[in-house]
Amino acid sequence: MDWPILSLVTFLPLVGVVLIAFIPADNPENSRRVALWVSGGTFIVSLLIWFNFDRTTAAMQFVEEAAWMPMAGIAYRVGIDGISMLFVLLTTLLTPLCILASWESIKVRVKEYMIAFLILETFMVGMFVALDLFLFYIFFEAVLIPMFIIIGVWGGPRRIYASFKMFLYTLLGSVLMLLAMLAMYFDAGTTDITKLLVHDFPTALEPWLWLAFFASFAIKMPMWPVHTWLPDAHVEAPTAGSVILAGVLLKFGGYGFLRFSLPMFPEASVMFTPLIYTLSIIAVIYTSLVALAQEDMKKLIAYSSVAHMGFVTIGAFTMTVQGVEGAIYQMLSHGVVSAALFLIVGVVYDREHSREITHYGGLVERMPVYGITFMLFMLASVGLPGTGGFVGEFLVLLGAFQANSWVAALAATGVILGAVYMLYLYRRIIFGKLTKEHLSKILDMDKREIAVFAPLVVITLWMGIYPSSFLDVMHVSVENLLKHVETALAAAGHTNLAGR
Amino acid sequence: MIEILAVFLPLVGAALAGVIVFMPQADKHKQHKMDTLAQWITCTGLVLSAICAIILFKDVALDGNARVTELFTWIDSGSLEVSWALRVDQLTSVMMIVVTGVSAMVHIYSCGYMHHDKSIPRFMSYLSLFTYFMLMLITSDNLVQLFFGWEGVGLASYLLIGFWYDRPSANSAAIKAFVVNRVGDFGFALGIFATFMLFDTVNLDTIFEAVPGKADATLNVFGGEFHALTVCCLLLFVGAMGKSAQLGLHTWLPDAMEGPTPVSALIHAATMVTAGIFMVARLSPMFEYSEVALTVVTIVGASTCIFAATIGCVQNDIKRVIAYSTCSQLGYMFFACGVSAYSAGIFHLMTHGFFKALLFLGAGSVIHAMSDEQDMRKMGGIWKHIKVTYILMWIGSLALAGIPPFAGFYSKDIVLEAAWGAHTGVGQYAFWLGITAAFLTAFYSWRLLIMTFHGTPRADETTMAHVHESPMVMVLPLVVLAAGACLAGVLAYDLMVGHHMAEFWGKSIVVLEHHKAMENAHHVPLWVKLLPLVVGVAGIAMAYVFYMFAPGIPGAIAARFQGIYQFLLNKWYFDELYDKVFVKPSFYLGRNLWKTGDGTLIDGLGPDGVSAAVKNIARRASALQTGYLYHYAFAMLAGIVVLVTWYLLTKAG
Repeated sequence: MDWPILSLVTFLPLVGVVLIAFIPADNPENSRRVALWVSGGTFIVSLLIWFNFDRTTAAMQFVEEAAWMPMAGIAYRVGIDGISMLFVLLTTLLTPLCILASWESIKVRVKEYMIAFLILETFMVGMFVALDLFLFYIFFEAVLIPMFIIIGVWGGPRRIYASFKMFLYTLLGSVLMLLAMLAMYFDAGTTDITKLLVHDFPTALEPWLWLAFFASFAIKMPMWPVHTWLPDAHVEAPTAGSVILAGVLLKFGGYGFLRFSLPMFPEASVMFTPLIYTLSIIAVIYTSLVALAQEDMKKLIAYSSVAHMGFVTIGAFTMTVQGVEGAIYQMLSHGVVSAALFLIVGVVYDREHSREITHYGGLVERMPVYGITFMLFMLASVGLPGTGGFVGEFLVLLGAFQANSWVAALAATGVILGAVYMLYLYRRIIFGKLTKEHLSKILDMDKREIAVFAPLVVITLWMGIYPSSFLDVMHVSVENLLKHVETALAAAGHTNLAGR
Repeated sequence: MIEILAVFLPLVGAALAGVIVFMPQADKHKQHKMDTLAQWITCTGLVLSAICAIILFKDVALDGNARVTELFTWIDSGSLEVSWALRVDQLTSVMMIVVTGVSAMVHIYSCGYMHHDKSIPRFMSYLSLFTYFMLMLITSDNLVQLFFGWEGVGLASYLLIGFWYDRPSANSAAIKAFVVNRVGDFGFALGIFATFMLFDTVNLDTIFEAVPGKADATLNVFGGEFHALTVCCLLLFVGAMGKSAQLGLHTWLPDAMEGPTPVSALIHAATMVTAGIFMVARLSPMFEYSEVALTVVTIVGASTCIFAATIGCVQNDIKRVIAYSTCSQLGYMFFACGVSAYSAGIFHLMTHGFFKALLFLGAGSVIHAMSDEQDMRKMGGIWKHIKVTYILMWIGSLALAGIPPFAGFYSKDIVLEAAWGAHTGVGQYAFWLGITAAFLTAFYSWRLLIMTFHGTPRADETTMAHVHESPMVMVLPLVVLAAGACLAGVLAYDLMVGHHMAEFWGKSIVVLEHHKAMENAHHVPLWVKLLPLVVGVAGIAMAYVFYMFAPGIPGAIAARFQGIYQFLLNKWYFDELYDKVFVKPSFYLGRNLWKTGDGTLIDGLGPDGVSAAVKNIARRASALQTGYLYHYAFAMLAGIVVLVTWYLLTKAG
């Protein structure tokens, strides 16, 4: 393709922002429509990436480069490979769905809300396509601003506490990352990520750089014990905010590990693998147990997200093909499934304005379509084969078993616990007799809501039955990544990979 | 092509019936029509699928055309290549007959049994969905698809146990079944990983070809160097134990009786619970090379068979008695596999599928007649009213107790003879426990018959007045299953476990040269052949004495040996133990990790603590700024004094 498709996908939402800016605030309907059309259009344009993507090369594709700050060597550089491509699509898919899901639940400052979401989309896509360290950092951090506003303005009663907690946590990580980036720039003399990927950093410096990036990514993931911002943020965020948070923002950390930590600091990665394993296993078991005790639906799903992200970090650091591909796949399927689960909560929250599990019970009597939709995503969340949730977990554990069988066995207990808390949640909300008076008139999902879920249902099953569509995209890039790591380790005198 | 039809027709039926679920009709009459439509669609799908299975059996098992049909790629990552494929060989075709045959009968029976239910399309859809998953399980040609079917039947079982979702007990039982099976699947999954580590593939044929070369290989896992195939087989066997409700992971099966009775017949007797046995037989080329794994299989099977039988003797719920009986019979099948008599295990699986489904559906017919009463203490004296059911239950019980010429006689005898023929310590263990369990089996079967049908009626008058024979649509499937219970043994004996069985099974079951249990089984002493029959008859006789001629005895024994009686009645206290060791601590831990771990520790020391500290410092700093001029003037003066003093001192020094 000879036209700048990545820039188009990145900045198209900003066109929507400009358009909405001219719409009077007393006409929210038009703001909604413009936001939906623009984000929907962005998704359709982004599909061109999918169809034109070359699955046989590990090189960056659709690369664009324009001088920006030439004296510092900083340029506007974008491009994607098999690791980042699907995340772009995930982002462009979820944004219009979020806007559609907010159609009725957001009643105040609709115009500003839509603007915030479209800006957020630009930043998220920009983060995944950035090939310049400086550009990456800007997008990576900028995402926080609209997210902070979305939670802080349209959030629940404790929104201020939650948004500040999120902001401070992530800021702490990014300060360290910024320092590391400066160090990298002074060592390599460039901010071009493609050049940094092949740059050999001094062995003494590597662990420090790795730790600085780790601080940022671990918080974003989030990994135990820096995960406590997530449940609060989720609980207070409006439904669509949670969807983006779980669906896309939680993938920044995993993407960062794969884009920076593994290829740029391979020796340090091997060195710190036991740390990653330990924290991940604690995350899986600890947060699964905590999820069991939750009384708030959103909190429960938030904790389950932390557990699912534990699989991602394990997979990425197994440094096996299955582990890494499983990690990416797990992020994608979690992006769809957890997004759907937060939307599921949103459906009843819009009707009842309560997230308390005990507020509900026996909903299937009046909401059968809701019941079966929830069932599907519940099963995908527990990793039932045939759904998208299975493939990622399976590949991660398969890879982990080759690297370290204890890690695989301990992490796999999370699969048992996952079944417990999800089935228990489902039972308390959907099954049983419908005895509660306030639920006696509750309505099943309407057409708009079904339209939000339909694509997610299709994708979840597609990802479970024919995952090759997605795995094919990443094969070459992942193999290239692992080969690069292996060569770097061999050069540094490591005869075999960690734990293998 | 025909195997694609056989497997996917039930799925199509399930999907269509599923669509009908979401087209509720306000008008009762119209709803009835929709219900009938769903019944027709699913039953037709299943009957056609069963016909396909019969054609396949002829083609594959009798004419020897085993084959694999690849559909499309499933998961492909690095050296892992998994395809959706349908593998039909002799073992699969036998299983297909059992699965589709029993399932078709259960579908038809359900049309009558669920007559009054308000969610008929949903029920039929679930039944067909289950059948689809079960067929995917038995036709898999790789371990991952096996796992797909495995978890899929688990899902269907969860849905069907919890079918009456407004009952709390049904919901708990459904979750319990899913979770306990997940524990088993945990082992299964690790088994797949270990196998992949060893063979670098999950494809069955490739694995089987490579097994002899890896006979002595070791695997470095869990911090030690172990015999590779033993590790793989034992982990996989944990999965089999979960699905087939073996000792330790059996607790879900009795509770699963919360589901409608046709479900118990199909899933929890004839098909799903036999998946574990199928798995061991399917992986016989692997298990054969691990004596340790085979020994474990034998011991677990034999222990379960006696354990469950003892509990079956004291239960009062008619379905729970049969459930424990199932558990016990599965134990027989496992120890048959454990002594390398896989064919005998599968043979017993097949005959058991027929007569146990018959018993369950017969029990369903009784429950139907008794206005949904399941407690045998409230039954009795109804044989005159429901003679057909009574006769059919007799046939089922005779087959279960191993009385000739019923099917169970042939299969149970060959299993016990093989255990004896193994000429090993564990073989003897299995044989003697099996004999004892056979005695108990006959005893509890006739205890059930007598308590249910004979004696004075213990139900109230309205119930008794209502006792009626089931409609044709329920009786007919029972008759078909009864024919199977009568004839399956004598007809299939030579084919499946006779002297020429190797020709029949072809390559689908592998037994090493030095494992001679099956060969020896045909040359055991006469008393070994006769003993199962003798204890069976003795068990029946004892049941008559205890429950018909001298009904005071059981009560007296229970009173005399109160401890043992309570121990058995409470099912060896497994549920209580698990509740104390796993369930309660998990919730306790979860709550405390949340409140203390996340709340007090992480947030307390982290964000909340830091922000509190910052606030504290800020407050103190702001407290200094009082706004009074003389405070500031005083501070300035003090500062000047300090500065001057310091200057003088340093100058002087």
